[in-house]
Amino acid sequence: MIRNSDVAYGSVAIFFHWSIAALFIGQIGLGWFMLEDTDPARQFWLFQWHKSFGFLILALAALRLIWTLANRRPVEPDSLTAFEKIGARAAHWLLYAALFVVPLTGWAIASASPLQIPSFAFNLMVIPHLPMNVSQAAERFWADVHAVLAYGAAIVAGLHILAALRHHFWLRDGILLRITRPSASQGTRK
Amino acid sequence: MKTALPFALALALTLLAAPVTAKGDALSEAVGKYEILANSRIGFRVAQVGGGGISGTFSKFSGEFALSSSGISASKVQFTLFPESVDTPDNRMENFLRSSAVFDVASFPMVIFRSTKITQTSATSALIEGMLTARGITKPARFQASLMSRGGNKISFQVTGIVRRAPFGMDVGTPIYKNEVEFDMVLNGKR
Repeated sequence: MIRNSDVAYGSVAIFFHWSIAALFIGQIGLGWFMLEDTDPARQFWLFQWHKSFGFLILALAALRLIWTLANRRPVEPDSLTAFEKIGARAAHWLLYAALFVVPLTGWAIASASPLQIPSFAFNLMVIPHLPMNVSQAAERFWADVHAVLAYGAAIVAGLHILAALRHHFWLRDGILLRITRPSASQGTRK
Repeated sequence: MKTALPFALALALTLLAAPVTAKGDALSEAVGKYEILANSRIGFRVAQVGGGGISGTFSKFSGEFALSSSGISASKVQFTLFPESVDTPDNRMENFLRSSAVFDVASFPMVIFRSTKITQTSATSALIEGMLTARGITKPARFQASLMSRGGNKISFQVTGIVRRAPFGMDVGTPIYKNEVEFDMVLNGKR
């Protein structure tokens, strides 16, 4: 089914989850590698790809937020303890927030940089710079904030993945399947 | 990168001297071998998507042009630019331009232009065609030169031209940054 039910996620929510997850993991790797790259021409292009995928994540996150607000949220299974529920909710909210603040702080770097390199997403669309103070100090500040938030989000995502694997392989409660099979919710929507 | 000045010089000389009737005499006034002075200005600009662009100058260069007594078409220009001297508003931009991504100054410290043909286009202007070598690649290039001033042993030309960078293996950044590099130079010569 397309929409969420009370007990399971619909296909659209599942698409957003996995597409953004793949992009986010790729961006963490690309962001790390591009800073280490010693070939200046390739490094330039890696930065532009990183910016393009960042804008894509931001756009997907905005659409995902709209979809989430327009859908019911599946309830947590009763098998979860109170502590597990709190942990899961905290991780979900942090990751959701990261989908916005990490791309936005990246956008801020490009906007604040004295280099003023245009953001030409996938060589298709010019994304204007944010109206903000342009200086090397401002660029450094936002670069630091971006890195801390991105790697912080990666740590939260790692915990989220470990929790999912624990449910699937250790507790064997089928919770992971809720985000892999839209049909799992069939007939349960109230 | 541009060495159109000499041509312009020759042209200017002709103009100043008395273009129509006393061409030989006029030329003879300006005939000679000129050295391009360090107070010349080598400016460039690369437009970028969405408006604006990168602009800068090169501060280290050398060159000379010979205004022939046989006329402008027999004159010659030679110009050497040291791209390591690139100057832009941002230090990182300069280092990027010096790097292997663009000029690769470590391997190719000089950009050289030699004229092959100079054609007068008006009383005070000329078209300078020649071969431009950058990053070890030689391609034809052309510049327009127009006389700005002449007096005593000195002469000044404004030289403009557009060079596409991709043929020289410098296409990094396209299409964010345009392929065309617009040169706007003031070449001051002294004989």
